[in-house]
Amino acid sequence: MKSFIEYIVSVFKGLWTLLVGMKVTAKYFFTPWNHVTQQYPENRDTLVMFERFRGEVIMPHTENNEHLCTGCGICEINCPNGSIEIISKSILTPEGKKKRIIDQHIYHLGMCTLCNLCVKACPTGAIVMGQKFEHAVWDRALLTKVLNQPGSKIAEGVKE
Amino acid sequence: MAFNIYDFTTLTHSIHVGLAESFSPVVATTIEWIIVGVTYLLFVALFGLFLVYAERKVCAAFQQRLGPMRVGPWGLLQTIADFIKLLMKELIMPRKADWFLYNIAPFIVIIASFMAIAILPFAPGLQSFDFDIGIFYLTAVSSVGVIGILIAGWSSNNKYSLIGAMRSGAQILSYELSVSLSLLTMVVFAGSMQFSTIVEGQRDAWYIFSGHIPAMIAFIIFLIAGTAETNRGPFDLAEAESELVAGFHTEYSGVKFAMFFLAEYINLFIISAVAATVFLGGWMPLHFGNLESFNHVMDFIPPVVWFFGKVLFVIFIIMWFKWTFPRLRVDQILTLEWKYLLPINLVNILLMALVVLTKFHF
Ligand code: SF4
Ligand code: SF4
Repeated sequence: MKSFIEYIVSVFKGLWTLLVGMKVTAKYFFTPWNHVTQQYPENRDTLVMFERFRGEVIMPHTENNEHLCTGCGICEINCPNGSIEIISKSILTPEGKKKRIIDQHIYHLGMCTLCNLCVKACPTGAIVMGQKFEHAVWDRALLTKVLNQPGSKIAEGVKE
Repeated sequence: MAFNIYDFTTLTHSIHVGLAESFSPVVATTIEWIIVGVTYLLFVALFGLFLVYAERKVCAAFQQRLGPMRVGPWGLLQTIADFIKLLMKELIMPRKADWFLYNIAPFIVIIASFMAIAILPFAPGLQSFDFDIGIFYLTAVSSVGVIGILIAGWSSNNKYSLIGAMRSGAQILSYELSVSLSLLTMVVFAGSMQFSTIVEGQRDAWYIFSGHIPAMIAFIIFLIAGTAETNRGPFDLAEAESELVAGFHTEYSGVKFAMFFLAEYINLFIISAVAATVFLGGWMPLHFGNLESFNHVMDFIPPVVWFFGKVLFVIFIIMWFKWTFPRLRVDQILTLEWKYLLPINLVNILLMALVVLTKFHF
């Protein structure tokens, strides 16, 4: 008798769980304005990528052409597939001290897996993930970029 | 030629009289056969294309996507483009396949579907033949298709095909019981196996309402078992993509694959149409006992619209099943049938008999 009751209960429980699942999909079906598909080439002008999207590694510059990169090379060490090359140079500060600064922050987009490790490792937060996703080019060499802009310098007061 | 959207009897009759006047009986009958055959072919092809499109759109909406959008407005021409592509594909046959069986299998599957579709009443007068063991005939021919599937799996000489076909065989054999028993429940209630009588009996109230509890249980069982009969998800073990490549039609390409594909969608239509006819009143408009004005408004909608509306409703529910539930394992499928659906069905048929005997229905 007990097992018979269990059997009946299991039938109704099973039906109930099925209905719960169907309720979820019904909600998706009847709220078409929540659909996630982007009609890409048509909505190219209005399409905004979501915040966490990783399109490429970029180095933000201020309006005075200043960045935060000290040239320490930690990102280069952290990159699992060698997509970053740091070329640094020594300069003399006005006080007469020798100092190593970034010369070229070379970034190979073609080899990057967008794993975000370099961004996480950078002690000064000099590099971030950009949202651009249209990276198609005709020449592979164009995928090798120098992230620090020409003539840029490190912002004042960045702790080294 | 009298044309009446509410009753096609006059139209079919006038065609028949016109042909009989101008030709000898043999020729007239042949021409009628051809007309009926071509009509069904056209209907099946067009409705099949529409169903594939609908399936993709419905599936997309259930997964918060848009589905095909590029070919034609809202992707309306997508399935036509796909179909043309399929027609132009090369027909490849495995060298070690059984030539005769391999080639005949798609035809068996699709002929079985056509035989089943012939019995369905679309509207008054729109039914190619109507005889007193309609439901019996339907359950008989709808299980012929599984022979085609088994042959396809066997003759392809491919392990995936064979496993898929065997699974399909085990599944359809089991679920055939539930489909037949749930239909039998309604036959007990309707007192007839003839489709026209069954539809006529629902003039005042559809069977799902007048048969109340046992009819609803039978309807649910029929939906579940019918989904399994058509080899659709969540019962798509026979072609479980993640395990068996494509199941029994792995080795088929081009038109032969298209036939299996089409048969699958015709079977979906048949199951839905049978559910609509036996439980939801077929082409009969929605009537409530004594609401005269309401009944009149409902009568204004043509029966064909009622029929297809109900069919599409049932199809939608079945698609809803497919895109909500994960695929069952083989043992789960057999447990569901033999431990749940079958006993419930047997009790339900007794309940229905009791309801009919005590006249405890509307
Ligand atoms: S995102 Fe990953 S792969 Fe790309 S440059 Fe940074 S560490 Fe290297
Ligand atoms: S980007 Fe960051 S981690 Fe890389 S060299 Fe510059 S400061 Fe160091």
